[in-house]
Amino acid sequence: MSSLEIKDLHVSIGEKQIVKGLTLTVRSGEVHAIMGPNGTGKSTLAKAVAGHPSFTITSGDVLLDGRSILAMQPDERARAGLFLAFQYPSEIPGVSIANFLRAAVQARMGEGEELDATGYYKRLYSKMDLLKIDRKFTSRAINDGFSGGEKKRCEILQMAMLEPKFALMDETDSGLDIDALRIVADGVNALRSTNLGVLMITHYQRLLGYIVPDHVHVMWDGRIVKSGDKSLALELEAKGYDWVKKELVRA
Amino acid sequence: MSDVTETESLAAPLADEAAANPVSGIDQTAGNFSYKMDYEFDAGTGLSEKTVRYISSVKKEAPWILEFRLNALKQFLAKPMPTHWATKDLENINFDKIRYYLASGQKPKRTWDEVPDDIKKTFERLGIPEQERKFLAGVEAQFDSEAAYSNIKDVVAKQGVIFANSTEALREHPEIFRKYFGKVIPTGDNKFSALNSAVFSGGSFIYVPKGVKVAHPLQAYFRINAENFGQFERTLIICDEGAELTYMEGCTAPKFSTSTLHSAVVELVALKGAKIQYITVQNWANNVFNLVTKRGVAHEEAEIKWIDCNIGSRLTMKYPGVVLKGRKARGEVISIALANDGQHQDTGAKMIHAADETTSNIVAKSISVGQGRSTYRGVVHIPKHLKGCKNNTECDALLINTNSRTDTYPAITVRGDANSVQHEASVSKVSEEQIFYMQQRGLTEGQAMSLSVNGFVNDLASQFPMEYSVELKRLIDLEMEGSVG
Repeated sequence: MSSLEIKDLHVSIGEKQIVKGLTLTVRSGEVHAIMGPNGTGKSTLAKAVAGHPSFTITSGDVLLDGRSILAMQPDERARAGLFLAFQYPSEIPGVSIANFLRAAVQARMGEGEELDATGYYKRLYSKMDLLKIDRKFTSRAINDGFSGGEKKRCEILQMAMLEPKFALMDETDSGLDIDALRIVADGVNALRSTNLGVLMITHYQRLLGYIVPDHVHVMWDGRIVKSGDKSLALELEAKGYDWVKKELVRA
Repeated sequence: MSDVTETESLAAPLADEAAANPVSGIDQTAGNFSYKMDYEFDAGTGLSEKTVRYISSVKKEAPWILEFRLNALKQFLAKPMPTHWATKDLENINFDKIRYYLASGQKPKRTWDEVPDDIKKTFERLGIPEQERKFLAGVEAQFDSEAAYSNIKDVVAKQGVIFANSTEALREHPEIFRKYFGKVIPTGDNKFSALNSAVFSGGSFIYVPKGVKVAHPLQAYFRINAENFGQFERTLIICDEGAELTYMEGCTAPKFSTSTLHSAVVELVALKGAKIQYITVQNWANNVFNLVTKRGVAHEEAEIKWIDCNIGSRLTMKYPGVVLKGRKARGEVISIALANDGQHQDTGAKMIHAADETTSNIVAKSISVGQGRSTYRGVVHIPKHLKGCKNNTECDALLINTNSRTDTYPAITVRGDANSVQHEASVSKVSEEQIFYMQQRGLTEGQAMSLSVNGFVNDLASQFPMEYSVELKRLIDLEMEGSVG
């Protein structure tokens, strides 16, 4: 059983404070959803946890299995078991998905250990079958000229291959039509297991209709202001974010 | 041939030299794989008529070659440095401190077993022993100025192919080589072709008879081993009608504390319907001035393709060219250049169309890292009286950080309306977001950069023979590893 603990986290970009004391613990097997209006710091939270150099953690801590990861480089955090599914994945011209993933898998192996190419492709193809991805897909350069749906599927495939302990999914539903959304959600559901903890960041409830969360948190102005089970998401959908705002003002 | 001698036609607006800081931050000890050698022949330092006479006498050359050398020396001394268009860094070459000839006095060896152990050790320390071993059958290795190893000669000789070093070929086959020697690139083409013509030694001379297709690539390996030694190999390849040949060369040099000079001349002649492919993967140390003149003449329906990959050196100036002399001749230059801190890759291509329906293609990709600087210079010349000529030029530059610089000087002169030209150029950057994306998948910063650079050149690298594209990838990895703080 692994845990990802975010403790009283404060994150800023330059002088501007974005995340203002956020605390949350995700354990293996759990799916947490963080919902909130635009500009409330959801994506900043995900990127800061992954170690993006543009974000400064001013106080608080992030612990993976009880150990702080804040001093670690982004690649060290990734190899320790943290995966970020990007809202806007980068294009890397000329680098095929297959070669990229191979490099990423190799990077997780010990010094002097060589990747077994046959075994690698076998595993890659079985994951692609699981996610219903066409074989030709992995010979394309990463995200280069991909549609929104293809980009997100590429993220899910990488997640499947790298088998992280925790996945931070940043607005995975954005830019997807309903069919693409269903395909991506099926993929995530196929990867749900007792070994994986998921933190899903989303603006809309609709994704949660496909990937049913165990916990739902509402984020507002850099903090979690309300937590509950999946019914909270439905309540939000019905009443809108203004409802949270009014509750906050009352409190 | 007059239109190919205008090196000056590469003239470009004077570049801002302030940004060029040639040797800052270079670790002079890393990769120092120099190996102690005993040299039997040594022309000493400095260049004079005496030096030239010494070289010629050691090589027991015919009088006409000595004349050729002495005339070249005069032209070299008379010609100014081309700094009115090229970088002023050229002025830092100290011709008096350079050694123009060194040789161990050993005859070229036929089999690997006969190669002296200390030379084998040097090859091993070069880090490419596997490739050497895999290609032993095809290697004509140049150890300093004498060929230390060759055995493919006998194999190709059965097809009538002459594959020899320049000294041997001029001595034994003057009737074939004299006709073309110095004709594609006249001595006075530029200051450095004149220098090479005066002091050349080593290099390959190849003649492929009519209709013979050489199945395996012939290879050469050049290397500078002694401090302050210049390497001036001379290569001449003639493919007779309908013949085909692929030639590959690799170049390395250990890192010395002072600058050294590599100045080669390579001439290719593809007669009617012949095909020559010439592949270079070089990795000079950061203090080598690499000033090379490469040009081919393609006769009717012949094809010449230069694949040129430049990594390392302090300054490389190299513009492989093709003179498209016969109807329907084709010329191609595929070029990859990587300029790291303290390096300037000034590379490009020349396509001189001199007959109807000739086509040329130039694809140049450059990568600039840190303080590294890349310059593309191209000449495409299609005169008015020609019909049905085509040129395609693509130049892509990749910048690894904001200090890198890249310049493009494409000089395309196309006259008349019966010809077509396409030119595309792009500049892209490896962004912080791309690096973060790859790091998030577990790759280190260095691995991430190396992967994006490999991706950038991927479409060109796939045109290399497998072993060379692997070698190229390895060289890029090494360069990128050292470039992140």
